[in-house]
Order: sequence, then structure tokens, then C-alpha cells
Amino acid sequence: MRDLTAIAVLWQREMIRFFRAKSRVVGTLGMPIFFLAFLGFGFQTSSVPGIPAGIDYVTFLVPGILGMTILFSSTFAGISVLWDREFGFLKEIMVAPVSRTAIVLGRIAGGATTSLVQGVLILLLAVPMGFPLPGVVPFLAAVAFMLLIAAAFISLGLIFASNMKDIHGFSLVMNFVVFPIFFLSGALFPVENLPAWLLPLAYADPLTYGVDGLRGVLTGVSSFSPLLDFVILSAFALLLLALGAWFFERSESA
Amino acid sequence: MPAIRVEGLTKVFGTLVAVDHISFEVADGEIFGLLGPNGAGKTTTISMLTTLLTPTEGTAEVAGADIVRARDRVREQIGVVFQEPALDTNLTGRENLDFHARMYGIGRTEREERIRAVLALVELSDRADALVAEYSGGMKRRLEIARGLIQHPRILFLDEPTLGLDAQTRRHIWEYIRTLNRERGVTVILTTHYMEEADRLCDRVAIIDRGRIAVLDTPEKLKEALGGDAITLSIEGDAEPLLKALAGLPWVKQAGVASGAITLTVEQGERHIPALIAAAGSAGVAVTAVNLRKPSLEDVFIQVTGRSIREGA
Repeated sequence: MRDLTAIAVLWQREMIRFFRAKSRVVGTLGMPIFFLAFLGFGFQTSSVPGIPAGIDYVTFLVPGILGMTILFSSTFAGISVLWDREFGFLKEIMVAPVSRTAIVLGRIAGGATTSLVQGVLILLLAVPMGFPLPGVVPFLAAVAFMLLIAAAFISLGLIFASNMKDIHGFSLVMNFVVFPIFFLSGALFPVENLPAWLLPLAYADPLTYGVDGLRGVLTGVSSFSPLLDFVILSAFALLLLALGAWFFERSESA
Repeated sequence: MPAIRVEGLTKVFGTLVAVDHISFEVADGEIFGLLGPNGAGKTTTISMLTTLLTPTEGTAEVAGADIVRARDRVREQIGVVFQEPALDTNLTGRENLDFHARMYGIGRTEREERIRAVLALVELSDRADALVAEYSGGMKRRLEIARGLIQHPRILFLDEPTLGLDAQTRRHIWEYIRTLNRERGVTVILTTHYMEEADRLCDRVAIIDRGRIAVLDTPEKLKEALGGDAITLSIEGDAEPLLKALAGLPWVKQAGVASGAITLTVEQGERHIPALIAAAGSAGVAVTAVNLRKPSLEDVFIQVTGRSIREGA
């Protein structure tokens, strides 16, 4: 019972912080909007190889940008434990008589909600650019995919945060882990365009299945069946969640 | 049952032995001080006792619960005020307190009442709804102390509670701590490197230096162990005959001459000043000034560690 309360309280803290920091929200939406706008308009008239006939590049790109939005905001949500440590607040959380699992789940609940808000905003902004407005069922399916992507990458962020002493490694993780995850995922071009030696990496990337699943449910075009995407992504999310909780439990917070 | 029992507690970081086999007990209802320079191992000790760090060796029980095997039972019974601020500055003071109270499972009505009470205690009621980012250092400290009290802890840990605060706020906080201890029976364990704080606030003090406890006793006994008060007599005339006469008195523990004045260590110094002046008169020496200084914990610290606390570890 106390653990459920703790999850709710940690979630609420994230909500307050998120909606209070308006500039941060606008700031984090900037990159996906620019990617969407400039790549979308820039490649609108050219034919990108590997894209199935019948859908244009913007339509192909939007699910990828959704995946990107969730990827960045949720990895950041997980790794922001480092900021809590830097500013001391982590100690306040860690001396509380609640289970460490509840603390991890609270952070995931908070980070997944804020990521989802950003994802939905991007989806709405894409409609005036020519992206077909999804029906209720595809929309809910997309929400499910976005939440799974968020759970996976918040956990990944936690794994990094638990193994880092301070915030200095943050840009290292962003540039050498998060960006490759993004570029390998098929967000910008079909995964099949990658050279054969890179393909295994692309298939080991959880975001590949997230983007493909989003594309499947929102546009009807995908490499795998959305159901397969869903199963594989769920497995990744559970594995990363277990690892994240394990590392977090073992990290010392003083 | 003691509030805290520590046995051979040790913490090693790489090659640094931060806390080196310390043992002590804190009685229920006591205000106990860990006094020492920065880097002596005070915060590391507190971090282990509050379950944030795992000891390398040794054991400890807090409120009867083992700090490694029964962490949650320890956490349920303690309040902690950390040395470094541990507030969410993007939340208001009240939101920080509310977050805390809910993490400790306190229901809504109870929560609102207790938050109101602790805010009043630290005189922050009128600033409760401002963002903590706008608080001054002293206000943040008071808010943290308020927060440590919301769950009505049996044992309160205060790590350098008045570090960097102005004298007035410091005295305020001492007053809160005393009141809590007296009226609610909260056991308090605090760390400090302020001699005056340890002296005026603590029932017992452990002087901790380089990870070890050098001495542990009441401030009075620690100071008495030095042998008495320091008295300086400025004189006109020959010091030698007077020194001889004084050395024969049973309550003079030590006598010497430094820069033309006689320096003495005297038991219960203020009561023996008339006798000292009389002795000077019969030795034919005129006393021009008398200075009496009560020994401080600083003197104890110097005697025990061979260094001034300001010189650090």
C-alpha cells in the first residue's frame, strides 16, 4: 500500500516539475519538430529508396520522429536520477521507507507520462503537415507502443545513472548510445537500407521494433507485423526494467 | 535498549579508510554529538546509520533494527537532515513537505495538520507556497529540519545542521533541537565541527578524528579532564618566588612563565583567584591583571589530536 502511494507521489512530482518547466517542454519538442519539418520537406519530392509505394516520405517519417521523441525524453527521464543525486534530492527519496522497486516504478510512471504527452503533441503537429489523422484504435495502439518504448528507455537511462558517479558522463551516453539507437532504428530510412554488417545491430535495437510497430499501426506499412513488434518490444522493456531495478537497488546514494 | 548501538563500524572507499572500526552507544532521549574536522568520517558514519551506505565491516542497530538486514525498519523510525541540501527546488516548500509526508504514508488530514505544525515551528508558514529555489540558505535549512520531523521520528540525524548559517539562525535551530528533545523525547545524533555547538547542545560528545573515536564523554567531563581553568597573572616584580609558592598549592595543576606573565592551570579557577592574589602579596609581587579562561572543547580537541580543528584532518 505504502509502495503504491510512493509510486503515485513520485509520479505526481514529475508532473508538477514537467508542467512547471514550460521552457523545458518547448525545448525538448524543438528537435523532433525540426527533424520532422526539415527532413520531411527536404525529402518530400525525392524518392527515398526502400520506402514502399503508396506512402510519401513524411508519412514514413512521422512514426520515426515519434519514436525519437520518446527515446530522447525517456532516456533523459531515467538518467535524470543523476540530477537528483547532484542536487541531493535522491537521498531524500532513498531514506524513505519504501521499496526500491517502487522508486523505480514511480520514475517510470512519471517519465512515461511526460514522454507520452510529448509524443502525442508531435503526432498532432504532424497532421497539418500531411500525416493522416489516426482513428481511435490505431491511436490507442500507438499510445501502447509509445509507453513500451518509454519503459524500455527510462530503464536504460536508470542503468546508466546507477553506474555513473556524476553528470559528466551524460553527453557521452547521449552521443554514443542514444544517437546510434536512433539512427539504427529505421526512424529516418528503412532498416533494410543499412549494410548487412550493421543489420544485426539494428535488430538488437529495441527502438527498431517500436518505430516499426508505430508505423504499422499508424500507416499500415511495416517490416514486421505490429503484433510481433509488440511482443519483442515488450520483452526488451521487461528485460531492461529488471536490469534497471537491479542496478538501481545496488547503487549507493550517499 | 539504546537508541543506537554501533560495533566496529568501518567504511573503506578504495584505499581510504573513511571510518575505522568505531563503536559507541547512544541512549534513548540523548543528544549525542560527533565532533570532528571535515573529512574525519562523520558524514560517512551518518550515511551508514541512515542506510544510504553499506558498511564494509562491523554492525550497527538503530532503534533496535540492523542497518543492513532491516533497512526498512530503520528507515521507518528515523528522520534525517543531510549536510548538503536535499530539497527539490522546483517545488514549493509545502510541496516538498507534502511529498515527504506521503512517502512516509501519512494520511491527508494528519498530513495537513503536521505540515502546518512543522512550518509554524520553523517560522516558514508565510513562505510555504514559494518555490524553494527562492529560499535563502537559512530558510532551506529550516525547511529541511521541519521535514525531518513530519513523520515523528524516534531518532533524528542531523548532519552539520547549522553549517554556513548566521549566528541568529544557528541559535534558533539549537533552540528547536532542544525543544524537540525535551518535549517529544526525540533522540538526536548530530555531527558538527563547531565546538560551541557540541558544547552547548550535546549531552555527550564523541571526538572523531581520521575515522576513529578519540574520546567520548560529556562536554563537562572532557573539559575537566584537562585539569582546570587557564589563568594568566600579569605581574610587576620577580616571578620566581611567587612561582615557587604557587607550585606548592594543591589546586594548582601547572604553573609557568610566558612573555612576562604567569600562566597557571587551576581547578575551579574563579574560586581561587583571591587566594592567588593573596599569595602574590605575601611574595611581594603586585598583580596588574588577571585573565581566566574556561577550557573549551577546542582545548580538548587539541590535546586529544595534537592539532587545532581548523587545521583539518
